[in-house]
Amino acid sequence: MNKRCIIIPVYNEERNIAAVISDIRKYCDVDIVVIDDGSSDSTSEIAHREGAFVIRHPFNMGYGVALQTGYKYALKHHYDVLVQMDGDGQHSAKFIPELFREVESSNCDVAIGSRFLADSQYRAGFLKLAGIKIFRHIIWWITGEKITDPTSGYQCLNRKVFEFFTDDHFPYDYPDANVIIMLHRAGFKIKEIPADMMLNPEERSMHRGIFTISYYFFKMFLSIFITLIRKKQ
Amino acid sequence: MLVQQKIFAILASILIFVVIINLVKNKKLKEEYSWLWLLTGALIMILVLWYDILLILTHLIGAVLPTTTLFIFAILFLICLALDFAIKISKLTDQVKNLTQKVSIMEVDRLNDIKNPSTDFS
Repeated sequence: MNKRCIIIPVYNEERNIAAVISDIRKYCDVDIVVIDDGSSDSTSEIAHREGAFVIRHPFNMGYGVALQTGYKYALKHHYDVLVQMDGDGQHSAKFIPELFREVESSNCDVAIGSRFLADSQYRAGFLKLAGIKIFRHIIWWITGEKITDPTSGYQCLNRKVFEFFTDDHFPYDYPDANVIIMLHRAGFKIKEIPADMMLNPEERSMHRGIFTISYYFFKMFLSIFITLIRKKQ
Repeated sequence: MLVQQKIFAILASILIFVVIINLVKNKKLKEEYSWLWLLTGALIMILVLWYDILLILTHLIGAVLPTTTLFIFAILFLICLALDFAIKISKLTDQVKNLTQKVSIMEVDRLNDIKNPSTDFS
């Protein structure tokens, strides 16, 4: 039996984290690791009360760093497979068993939950949708793989992959399409499965505001370019 | 080059030397960060004392006035310095990230060990 865990990077999610953890418990009995990225509210206390292992960053370092802390924890504690999901309630936990099944049956190294393969109630804004379409085509053009949801943070990874991500090359500011290209170049097999997603209750997003979106596009193109010119690992 | 210009440049380079050596002596600046500044002071001194070198350089880069050459090299130096700092900051950012992650994971392990002394999570 594989040793499994779920990692949830969070920042000021005291309103959603309890519901996310109890939702996970409905569908599977696995270790839940919450990485509190320097929240100023009581996210940590609530997650701890709900029975999760809580790793606290002393200050806010960003989503990607929190994710990588989860990978390092999973590696240190010899987990074989992990699912990463958001702590804002955007990802429905009912797809966790299927994500684990995909990776554990050795169909792939990474299983991505795609909102575009499911009959999802999720409706992306114009800019976000445009971004997803652009990066979808770039990934297809570079790797030949049709990934419908390159910005999905709902993923299942096997040990080889999260060990690969503990390296300093992991792009921890925006780990999206660039990571998929990086994985493909490293020879990992990626597969998508349908996964319903909701707009998070407070409609917050990592990529909002015209300057943030512009920086995101610029950073993503740069990161993909650097990934391509870097020696294959 | 006018005598006043020469005197000013020599005084400026001596001032750079004195300030940098003092900062290193008082442990406010690390030796490994001081070399670029000391090199600048030395270069200013060389260019002023051997004015012909400045003229050759001016001719080589196609500048009209020797003062332009000095300004161009001053700007290039500042760019090098900013780049050097950016490289060092990138390295420090990675080190702070790794250190924070390690401490955070050690802390949760320590708390779990206190709570469940017999449980081995690994």
